[in-house]
Amino acid sequence: MTDAVVRARSIRKSFGDNEILKGINLDISTGDVVCVIGPSGSGKTTLLRCLNRLEAIDSGRIWIDGELLGYVEQADGRLLERRYEDLRRQRQNIGMVFQRFNLFPHLTALENVAEGPWKIKGQSRASAVASAEDLLSSVGLGDRMNFYPAQLSGGQQQRVAIARALAMEPKLMLFDEPTSALDPELVGEVLAVMKDLASTGMTMVVVTHEMSFAREVADHVIFMADGAIVEAGSPEQVLGNPQHRRTADFLARVG
Amino acid sequence: MPASSAGTSQVGDKQAPELPLNARRPPAWGRWIGGTAAGIFGVWVLYILVVTPNIHWDVVAAYIASGPILEGLWITIALSVISMAAGTVIGLVVAIMQLSQNPVLRIVAGGFSWFFRGTPLLVQLLFWFNLGVIFPRLEFGIPFGGPKLFGVEASIITPFIAGLLGLAINEGAYMSQIIRAGILSVDNGQREAAEAMGMSRAGIMGRIILPQAMRFILPPTGNQFISMLKTSSLVSIIAGSDLMTVVQRIYLGNFEVISMLIVASIWYLILTSVATVGQHFLEKKYSKGFDGRTSVRSKVLSNLAPISRRKPGFDD
Repeated sequence: MTDAVVRARSIRKSFGDNEILKGINLDISTGDVVCVIGPSGSGKTTLLRCLNRLEAIDSGRIWIDGELLGYVEQADGRLLERRYEDLRRQRQNIGMVFQRFNLFPHLTALENVAEGPWKIKGQSRASAVASAEDLLSSVGLGDRMNFYPAQLSGGQQQRVAIARALAMEPKLMLFDEPTSALDPELVGEVLAVMKDLASTGMTMVVVTHEMSFAREVADHVIFMADGAIVEAGSPEQVLGNPQHRRTADFLARVG
Repeated sequence: MPASSAGTSQVGDKQAPELPLNARRPPAWGRWIGGTAAGIFGVWVLYILVVTPNIHWDVVAAYIASGPILEGLWITIALSVISMAAGTVIGLVVAIMQLSQNPVLRIVAGGFSWFFRGTPLLVQLLFWFNLGVIFPRLEFGIPFGGPKLFGVEASIITPFIAGLLGLAINEGAYMSQIIRAGILSVDNGQREAAEAMGMSRAGIMGRIILPQAMRFILPPTGNQFISMLKTSSLVSIIAGSDLMTVVQRIYLGNFEVISMLIVASIWYLILTSVATVGQHFLEKKYSKGFDGRTSVRSKVLSNLAPISRRKPGFDD
């Protein structure tokens, strides 16, 4: 697996006595779209948050683009925790879209998107703004650039959030239930943007309850339950012909 | 319209005429009575104050813009503004230290707040003023008898410097708690979003957290500043020549106690009013994106935009 953008081995994570991830293994190749489905409490969001180290893992290894995430392997084989400055360099390659958008409310849509290239990547203000304008236009918000998040609908906010993540030119995009906080009629516009993004060859990990999106866009579907991957494969296999009873039960419930 | 078998409900009747409300409000007698009573009372108090022979308004007028008073006023403004600015910087540093993951910083910051909020400001002012009694020479260098880099005589601690030190450090302790509360009031998702983008810690604090925390920090900070304008009169105990000290010196000479206190009160009221206006504009500046009015205005503007430029499903 040389072209694996994400490689995870034996990921374990507990909150107190509650083990949320019980040994997850994952390989995601460049350009793949992976949808993670499963009942709430199955650990899918925690897994996603481990992939950019918003949560620190308890054991296991995660490599992003071939580089160990969060740690450096030393000559004697022991791991050394990466300093924040080093970790943030790694995180710049990983875009994240949150369930509750988490846009910066004191900045306009344009400023939200330009912030990363300008202040983190150190581009000139003019070029950051220009690329932010392009990105906002590409997600259909060319006429909303100077609006504050509070003046935008949920669907518009989430599209700004996607543009903000893309502005960092990441190699990997993580989506944490990006449509779960949206009114039903706004879900489509966000999924359409994500579908466009998938067609450009972006590597994406999407935690979602949108089965039609998974069926249509995903290269792989992972079904998780109780902190473990129960079943993984193509959407046809997992969604169309589940081999495990838990998968079949879950699919029957979400329709 | 197809007949409904379930009942006589009708929806979507396009023929119904406009029905403007033009409703009257019930008369608010309580407001009228209360307002009139308050107005009469206010005029009466003013009248008493003006006509009473016991308040010498001519003395007030003679002193209000006199040289010594204006000098004292200037000292009060300088003491308050510099102490507040320095106190805010100290408070910011202490607040960030207290929220740090580093236990050493947390304990040092907690101890600072504990000590300087826990001892009377008066005692702190006297301590700074009398520093020379305890340490005749202030030296900086290696402690426990090591070589000294440089030293100064403690006599550089003038009343003004002692006042600044006391007020600024005491203010820093209070401001640290206000700023800490403001930082904690910002949703944790903001930090996570900034961290996920790979923002530096300074960037997260300076560009994401603090600008949002300002909405919570400013109102109590305005309180602190207004309080500081008057608390600064405590330096009269160490012979600082602020407005209050000057006023006291004058009335000890001419026995016009009430008149001189009115002079001081008028100036304190003016300073407080200016500070309140300043606070209003600062609060407005940091309400960007949270301000209800901009939202309505831009909604109107977006509704005025040509229909052709709107995209279906994007408006709500």
